[in-house]
Amino acid sequence: MGIRRLLSGNEATATAMKQINPDVVAAYPITPSTEVVHYFSQYVADGEVDTEFVAVESEHSAMSACIGASAAGGRTATVTSACGLALMWELLYVASGQRLPMTLAVINRALSGPININNDHSDSMGARDSGWIQLYSENNQEAYDNYVMSWRISEHKDVLLPVMVCQDGFITSHAVENIELIEDEKVKEFVGEFKPERHLIDGGPLSVGPYDTPHFYFEHQYQRAQAMKRAKQVILDVSKEFAAMTGRGYGLFEEYKMADAERVIVVLNSSAGTAKVAADQLRAKGEKVGVLKLRVFRPFPHAEVAKALSNAKAVAVMDKCDSFNGMGGPVFVDVRTACYDLATRPQIVNYIYGLGGRDVTVDNFLYVYEKLTEIINSGTNTDDIYRHVGVRGVN
Amino acid sequence: MSNMVEIRWHGRGGQGAKTASLLLADAAFAQGKFVQGFPEYGPERMGAPIAAYNRISDERSSLHSNIYEPDYVVVVDATLLSAVDVTGGLKKTGAIVINSEREPKDLIDQLEGYEGGVYTIDASAIAGEELGNRNLSNTAMLAAIVKVSGVIPEDAFMKEMEVSIKDTFSSKPHVIAPNMKAIERGLKEVKGI
Amino acid sequence: MIYVKGVNQDQKWDEINVGGNITEGGTALDVNTGDWRIMIPRFHEDKCKQCMLCFPVCPDSAIPVQNEKRLDFNFKHCKGCGVCFKVCPFEGAITWEKEDK
Repeated sequence: MGIRRLLSGNEATATAMKQINPDVVAAYPITPSTEVVHYFSQYVADGEVDTEFVAVESEHSAMSACIGASAAGGRTATVTSACGLALMWELLYVASGQRLPMTLAVINRALSGPININNDHSDSMGARDSGWIQLYSENNQEAYDNYVMSWRISEHKDVLLPVMVCQDGFITSHAVENIELIEDEKVKEFVGEFKPERHLIDGGPLSVGPYDTPHFYFEHQYQRAQAMKRAKQVILDVSKEFAAMTGRGYGLFEEYKMADAERVIVVLNSSAGTAKVAADQLRAKGEKVGVLKLRVFRPFPHAEVAKALSNAKAVAVMDKCDSFNGMGGPVFVDVRTACYDLATRPQIVNYIYGLGGRDVTVDNFLYVYEKLTEIINSGTNTDDIYRHVGVRGVN
Repeated sequence: MSNMVEIRWHGRGGQGAKTASLLLADAAFAQGKFVQGFPEYGPERMGAPIAAYNRISDERSSLHSNIYEPDYVVVVDATLLSAVDVTGGLKKTGAIVINSEREPKDLIDQLEGYEGGVYTIDASAIAGEELGNRNLSNTAMLAAIVKVSGVIPEDAFMKEMEVSIKDTFSSKPHVIAPNMKAIERGLKEVKGI
Repeated sequence: MIYVKGVNQDQKWDEINVGGNITEGGTALDVNTGDWRIMIPRFHEDKCKQCMLCFPVCPDSAIPVQNEKRLDFNFKHCKGCGVCFKVCPFEGAITWEKEDK
């Protein structure tokens, strides 16, 4: 029944990588993801995995090498953060457009500038429309579990899209917490073998990445869009199988004390846990508050999110990333759009929070819940939906 | 969570406060506890004030913020008393443990009127005598906070330390016995009021 | 996942290869690039000494060779670049003229 351990989020990810034993890992170090590669290259050096480890000269090269390795039929992984993910940008679209399965562990960190090494989600949120599936993780356990599940999702014939498994840099990546690991054999059996129908080695002939004329490009993008839609069911199916193995159930999102909640906070990654503590404190006083923690951000489960929020009176969507669009952050924009078709909509506001490692506290969430009460009582207007919490001089 | 114990460590970069917090996490974990151990994050600079944290409880805590109202505070370097608000938010029901050769009553003036328990231990002297380096005071400090907080029974703590010290210093086996001695002395030599 | 031999513009989005990958070799043979021509080379067998200088330089493999003899141009693939005309050392074996379509 699992292996009880005390691991940081980075160790948990590296452990999952070891258990999966990918054919190729190509990575370039960047804080706070460096540890994952550090641990993993030790496994390679010690012969604990058969992986071909490619020490590349940049993240652009890392993703390029991964694309080549996946096209060649190899199970392929990489890890990065922040500016490293930004440097992969061009290739992210190639990987998903060429329909190459792989998993990228994103240890979320703020983008420069000014330079900052701490946590927020501006890296992966910027890549949200690159055709990659995105799974977010509250703690080391979820980072590990999502990582194990990612392969089955990515390699599924209805999907064939790469997956980002995200967790908060430092906050979970460098914090040790209890974790239940799955036995090696069980992980191997669950993940199975990667058997692409066609690949560059042995499976040919095959040309990957030829010029796509206007006669065909649009159809290929439609294929990718359909695959992303189909991924939702595959994620649910894989999660169900995972729950049968481990007893740990995962949906598209987690509903925490949502049954009769009038005020709801939508949040993802580590701060979801802190929001739950705030919700517990208010529930103890009889207040009807809940937390909706997104796990799957791409594909965005719009219908399911709308249904879950349909009975709320006021919703605050938290973004650890600013879109600088004068309107609101990425999670907010999607959640608010998802609710447009509801017969009766809750009032929905955005709170940008925790940028660049600003500590996110229970008090921050209590403040937001209080503001939701004000909104229920006196309403809000469209000039006042784009808000920030925890900025000096603002609140 | 009523049974949760929160500990804040103050040290300077390079003094091993983070390592000590991780060793405490290991020891509590081995006792079946749910544990968090994490440093305050930033560029790591030798000598700069740093903080590290522990949450220890019987159920999993989903809190992922820093600790603002700790039950206990450990000060690995007494020069921090004048540089950092070490008692900030510290609960009256708790205590502060300071690495100092002085008596607890002599340090009260520097503790901003803190009314809880005050303990000192000359961990630097222990480190100097046992490990030959006064800067390696973190293991004695670890023992002192275990003694003061009672978060783990002492005998279980000693057993667990044998395992994790061996593990931590597997590449330097000659420092294992001196570290164990420093831990033993840490448990015995802490002075309180 | 579908893999189709050959693609054409009548196929729907779910009838063409996933991600635009090409799953066979030599697919350029099926593509009519001969309609790009403005100028056209003409082969005059009676003047040709079969020296074999022309066919290796054709960038489109549009000069078929059989039994050690070059044959007439394959105009499905000849783009009318004129390299063969330029390289031919024999007066009148390959001529170069404007194509009347």
